[in-house]
Amino acid sequence: MKFTRWIIGTVVLLALVALIVVLPFKSVFLQGNPVHLQFVGRVVYILILSSLMVLFRVLKGPTAADRIVAIDIFGILIVGLCAVLSIATGRSWYIDIGIAWGLQSFIGTLALAKYLEGRSFDD
Amino acid sequence: MIDIIGMVFIGFGLAFDVLGCLGLVRLPDVYNRLQAATKCVTLGTCSILFGTFLVSGGFTPTGFKALLAIVFLVLASPVAAHAVSRGAHRAGIKLWDQSVVDRYAEDKEGEED
Repeated sequence: MKFTRWIIGTVVLLALVALIVVLPFKSVFLQGNPVHLQFVGRVVYILILSSLMVLFRVLKGPTAADRIVAIDIFGILIVGLCAVLSIATGRSWYIDIGIAWGLQSFIGTLALAKYLEGRSFDD
Repeated sequence: MIDIIGMVFIGFGLAFDVLGCLGLVRLPDVYNRLQAATKCVTLGTCSILFGTFLVSGGFTPTGFKALLAIVFLVLASPVAAHAVSRGAHRAGIKLWDQSVVDRYAEDKEGEED
């Protein structure tokens, strides 16, 4: 029974990734190298798929620590997403958004971990 | 040529990201999820940023900011993971019932908090 569930989950995940890679992609960006645009569109779709898995853990997580870990991982994924978008559009300030998001996510995770431990912030 | 090498780096990092998020969904315990997700996603995102550095053509503004983001990510991510796991253990979240060893609890028995 458990083995059947593993097979079904693997097949569904591989089918989603294969669909994203194979299907033709219509670009939403206005400018840039067309080879880069085709590549970056698929990368963005796969990153959105992994973000949906992370958000499932945020919704379902049994304890508060699960949700904190998931939010931390989500912030790191956003950094990669911003870097890839800066390739597609050729503008370098997308990585600035990524660095700022990563910094905020790091500080927020530290504060939430301290709060989880049951101490005050100036301890 | 350098474009193709950068795209290979981005694809490699993307595979690590997807597998790390799959570990975050599938593993049974806070600590298992933490280690799978943190290590895989940090390496994958650093690889994506290095691929961005290569594709954007060396030390352009985009490439230089990508290198800065790699340094920041490598410094920040293990610190956050360590803080979360320490806080979770001190908050009393149980390990998985098939876990074998818990060194931190053994260390903590002697000390007064």
